[in-house]
Amino acid sequence: MNLSLPYAWSVWRRNATLYLRTWQWNLLPNFFEPVLYLTAIGIGLGAYVSRMDGQTYIEFLAPALVCVAAMNGASFEVTYNMFVRLNMRRTYDAMLTTPLSPDDVLAGEMLWALTRVCLYGGGFFAVAALFGLAPLPRSLAAVPLIPLTGLLFAAIGIVFTLHIVNIDLYSFYFTLFVTPLFLFSGVFFPLEERLPAGWLWLAEALPLLHPVRLARAIFTGRLGWIAVWDLAYMALVTPLLLGWALRKARRRLIA
Amino acid sequence: MSKYFGARAAVVDLDLKIPAGLCFAMLGPNGAGKTTGLRMIYGAARPSAGSVRVFGLDVARNPRAVRARLGVTLQENVLIEELSPVENLRVFGRYHRLPEKRLGARVEELIDWLDLRSHAEVPVAALSGGFQRRLAIALSLVNRPELLLLDEPTTGLDPAARQLLWARIRELRAAGTSIVLTTHYMEEAERLCDRVAILARGRCVCEGAPRELIAERLPREAVEVDCSAQDERRWFTAPGSPDRRIRTGERLIVYAERAAEVIERIRRSDGGELRPLVARPTNLEDVFLDATGTVLRESG
Ligand SMILES: Nc1ncnc2c1ncn2[C@@H]1O[C@H](COP(=O)(O)OP(=O)(O)O)[C@@H](O)[C@H]1O
Ligand SMILES: [Mg+2]
Repeated sequence: MNLSLPYAWSVWRRNATLYLRTWQWNLLPNFFEPVLYLTAIGIGLGAYVSRMDGQTYIEFLAPALVCVAAMNGASFEVTYNMFVRLNMRRTYDAMLTTPLSPDDVLAGEMLWALTRVCLYGGGFFAVAALFGLAPLPRSLAAVPLIPLTGLLFAAIGIVFTLHIVNIDLYSFYFTLFVTPLFLFSGVFFPLEERLPAGWLWLAEALPLLHPVRLARAIFTGRLGWIAVWDLAYMALVTPLLLGWALRKARRRLIA
Repeated sequence: MSKYFGARAAVVDLDLKIPAGLCFAMLGPNGAGKTTGLRMIYGAARPSAGSVRVFGLDVARNPRAVRARLGVTLQENVLIEELSPVENLRVFGRYHRLPEKRLGARVEELIDWLDLRSHAEVPVAALSGGFQRRLAIALSLVNRPELLLLDEPTTGLDPAARQLLWARIRELRAAGTSIVLTTHYMEEAERLCDRVAILARGRCVCEGAPRELIAERLPREAVEVDCSAQDERRWFTAPGSPDRRIRTGERLIVYAERAAEVIERIRRSDGGELRPLVARPTNLEDVFLDATGTVLRESG
């Protein structure tokens, strides 16, 4: 490990400087997306849905969409944006002419992705709270899930980005990975009620399932033993992926 | 050091000692291995074999310490197009962890020194190629490097922009900065550099001071003339004919201690016809042609 946080911080500052220049164009679309889902599906579709577990549909949806916002915030930053810095603008080549190590670059990028995750996830959480969809103070315990979910999906995205050489492959990443996760991780309907029991264990592999289940349990105040498994999944898978990303980044950046 | 990408050899057994305080050129055509050589010097590429020492330190073991003391201008400008030159310099200075106050002063200094003042606050995307190149060089100077690596600093620039950069590079060298630059302009290496290594297909074919390289390898003067192979044979069959000649297509270059003698021989054989020809001092380009084996040597 050749990591120095002050150097990683300079990478973070590079991204932040650029972001502050163009934030209007970046912040709004990502932020509106979950809000749109919340209103269209929660209020629109929700009107035709009977109460679930004593909740309105929009109450059922809100905690899951907090996690979705975190996933999306991370995914966008470490896919197209990072690909451009790595392969097209050659930002990392320039960084490696300075004392920065590949480890610093990766850590700085990770910190930056987490910053955006917290902006989107936190923003969405605030909106949900404003609409009375996040029961306070109980739901505040779900806030740490925002960076944890972000870290998990940043790690997955970075591993993908470091392996591909063609930016078009992201359409596969989003249509075959991110979107299916969004649709089939218990965000819109309780998986255990719709999936045959024989398949449920397979669903446990889905990374978005765990933060969604945790967030919902925290929001409803019905935390069970399964939460331990959900936390363990994230605590195990995230470092594994981060290690993979680190090894790959060293090989990519110092050829 | 050597560097292989799979089966492709980019640099083969390159063994250079670059003295401090000089301007050193790696001269060679595209694909000769110049960029790869530079990347190994500052530790962005790991040699497949061999090692590199900079400031007496092994680059592979102490990349941070070495890079803190050098600056690199990459072949392609890497600039943040949305930001101004001042902002770009500030971002880059932070990679070196310069204290904000000292960085601010250094940025102002470099803006003036590289004539960027008129566009200092304009987004880089709006700058001309010459401005962008100067900014890229300014970035590599932000930490006051002891060693400056320049990868094709003037490729694609107009003559005026090139002259300005040459002047600045000379100033840096005069102030004690060691410089290693790559170029495929023979003139740039000859006029700017104390020593030159000529690279071809990953190998160093010769190395030394430009004047000495020329003097060691070739007669002092060259005559260039367009002619057929028949003409050539007719002119240079007599005993005592100059035997150092290179042909590229129609163009023939003849080397001799005195160009006048060659011209006289051609004129005499042509029977007074005034064929256009050029006489000039031998230069590094000739050394390159000679060293890469395209020179024609006839046994006299
Ligand atoms: N990352 C790389 N992967 C594969 N081949 C490379 C890579 N970098 C350079 N090469 C090859 O190595 C040779 C030397 O390249 P380079 O050092 O860029 O030459 P120059 O800078 O003199 O033009 C070329 O044949 C080039 O195609
Ligand atoms: Mg090159």
